[in-house]
Amino acid sequence: MSRVTAFLTRRRGGDRWHWTDVVTVLWLGAGVILMFGPAVWLVLSSLKTPAGLAEFPPTLLPYAAETVVVEGYDKPLPLFTVTREDGTEAVLAEARRVGTVAQMIDPANPDDKLRVNIAEREPVRAVGFAWENYTQPLVERNFFLYAQNSVFVTVVATIITLVTNSMAAFALSKYQFRGRSAVLILIVATLMIPLSVILVPLFSIISATGLFNTLWGVILPTVATPTGVFLLRQYMLTIPDEIIEAARMDHASEWQIYWRIVLPLTAPALAVLAIFSVVWRWNDFLWPLVVLSRQDVYTLQVGLNAYAGELNVQWHFILAMTVVTMIPVVLVFVFLQRFITAGIAGTGVK
Amino acid sequence: MATRLKHMAGAAAVAPLALLARVLDPPLRALQRVAGQGGMITFFLVPNMAIFGIFVLLPLCINFVYSMTAGPELFLAQRDWVGGAQYAKLLDCEDYTRPATCDEDLFWTAVWNTARFVVVQVTLLVVCATVTALILNRELRARGFWRAVFFFPVLLSPVVVGLIWRWILQRDGILNAAMLDLGLDPVNWLIERGWAFAATVGVTIWAHLGFYALILLAGLQAIPRDLYEAAEMDGTRPARMFWRITLPLLMPNLLVVIVLALIRAVQVFDEAYVLTGGGPGTATLYMTQYIYEVGFASLLKNPGLAAAASILMGGVLVVLTLVQLGLGRRGESKGKAR
Repeated sequence: MSRVTAFLTRRRGGDRWHWTDVVTVLWLGAGVILMFGPAVWLVLSSLKTPAGLAEFPPTLLPYAAETVVVEGYDKPLPLFTVTREDGTEAVLAEARRVGTVAQMIDPANPDDKLRVNIAEREPVRAVGFAWENYTQPLVERNFFLYAQNSVFVTVVATIITLVTNSMAAFALSKYQFRGRSAVLILIVATLMIPLSVILVPLFSIISATGLFNTLWGVILPTVATPTGVFLLRQYMLTIPDEIIEAARMDHASEWQIYWRIVLPLTAPALAVLAIFSVVWRWNDFLWPLVVLSRQDVYTLQVGLNAYAGELNVQWHFILAMTVVTMIPVVLVFVFLQRFITAGIAGTGVK
Repeated sequence: MATRLKHMAGAAAVAPLALLARVLDPPLRALQRVAGQGGMITFFLVPNMAIFGIFVLLPLCINFVYSMTAGPELFLAQRDWVGGAQYAKLLDCEDYTRPATCDEDLFWTAVWNTARFVVVQVTLLVVCATVTALILNRELRARGFWRAVFFFPVLLSPVVVGLIWRWILQRDGILNAAMLDLGLDPVNWLIERGWAFAATVGVTIWAHLGFYALILLAGLQAIPRDLYEAAEMDGTRPARMFWRITLPLLMPNLLVVIVLALIRAVQVFDEAYVLTGGGPGTATLYMTQYIYEVGFASLLKNPGLAAAASILMGGVLVVLTLVQLGLGRRGESKGKAR
């Protein structure tokens, strides 16, 4: 505890509070609430029942109405606290409700019936999680399919990106040939060309090649990333050429030099590119939105957007599926954050 | 134990790939004998450059042709050549500041919305990112944790970001509940024009702040400590140290951050689209959404017009990129001189 207090009261230079200390504490405190708060609120909300979501003002934790099974009734009945006319309170089950009047019964004694105005009772509730928000869209709706599509796109695109980008980077860093600088300039020049600038013609090419409404149509335009080639080439330039010369002396083929020598030495840069590629492809939205117009090929992002755009927004499903969509990225964040932050700080790439 | 497991998992993942590489070796050796080293260079370059050529370079080139054609047909060969008519349509305007007087009023609405967004968002974003970086650069305990706090939203998908905030900002959302608790009147955040615009600005800042703060933090940490020690010995006040040491030495990173943020802000789409869908009305309709809607989503598709608009936007981005490259080169030569 003393360490916590010591931490909380650490100040710049000595005993007095400098104004920068105040700003620091406020900024960091607000940061935690503003940055983590929305995500926490999303997860809490995703576990509420539709009735719980419709409540205003909302409760912090998800609550579920307690129910009881009473003899003579097929379904479990919801429990309410009712104040009797004589002033005593009792926990009763709702047997039937007509308009604003409910017929309440005592679970221990089902024949004891009482008519109560619904304004004069309080539901009995306990913290409860509506897991069906998660299971229903995954099983009954297409979300499992969307998730599969997203995984397929992410994995395949990342593998192709790593292979093709590293091959090109190898050729551009370890060989001298005519036109090398031309190729390099071409790649650097397109580094900043965003998808939105070539959206229309790219779509016509995808249609012409028959890739419209296929996952390959989503994958292929994204894999030849100039960023990846650039990143890997910069790293490969630091590998000394003497190693490669020595391997050539030993009759290694060029393919073997690439595969057995250069690639293993590029592992750290490959790891960074792999992480970036996974996050990019998992999060892609605009391009899949354009290419995929049939439900069975939707990725999670497109599927989520489609459900959120419905006239009658079913928030309990959407919030749960948003959490599911978040999971892989949160895992990457928790376990691989070091690589990403190092990658961004070093190259300014995102 | 853990490291051994990791090694085993790594080996298991690499094994099939290594086998594949070994199987590929004899035919590639034969290729090398026939085609020589030059042939191998081509072999290494072809997969990437072919994909790059077909899906980036070719669209880029035909986009210019595309923007000079009209009609609903998708394939270039079936489209009618109209020359500069699409550009003329986009630029036909009595008063550029009033979109209603323009032939293509939505385009100019999008232009002005985007311009407003770029100015407000980039300014606030850069200021917030700088403050965050300065604070993270102080002697904090658990700095890694605090850095993670601000960086966390960067990795979230724009759709997730948009939906999280739509849930918070909706009429019966938690923000309005909090406003009521504080005795304020609830606000229709996503339905009132000004607030919807502010929401797109705020949410995109929320999502990208950590990224820029990280670049600035790297710059701050590269400033040599002894400069501050020397200044302290000379009795320099902290405020003066900030203006005379921190800010000038941070300038290269700051410029990169500003240009990157500008380039990204011009293309704003995903988060805003999920959050407001461009509404209310056209209050948050930005350039990329305009291109998307004209080219694909609206009933009267006009791909030629969308292509022309995208080329105009591309022009703005090219200028910004050139500025960035110029700044990068200046930074590089400075680095060499040092």
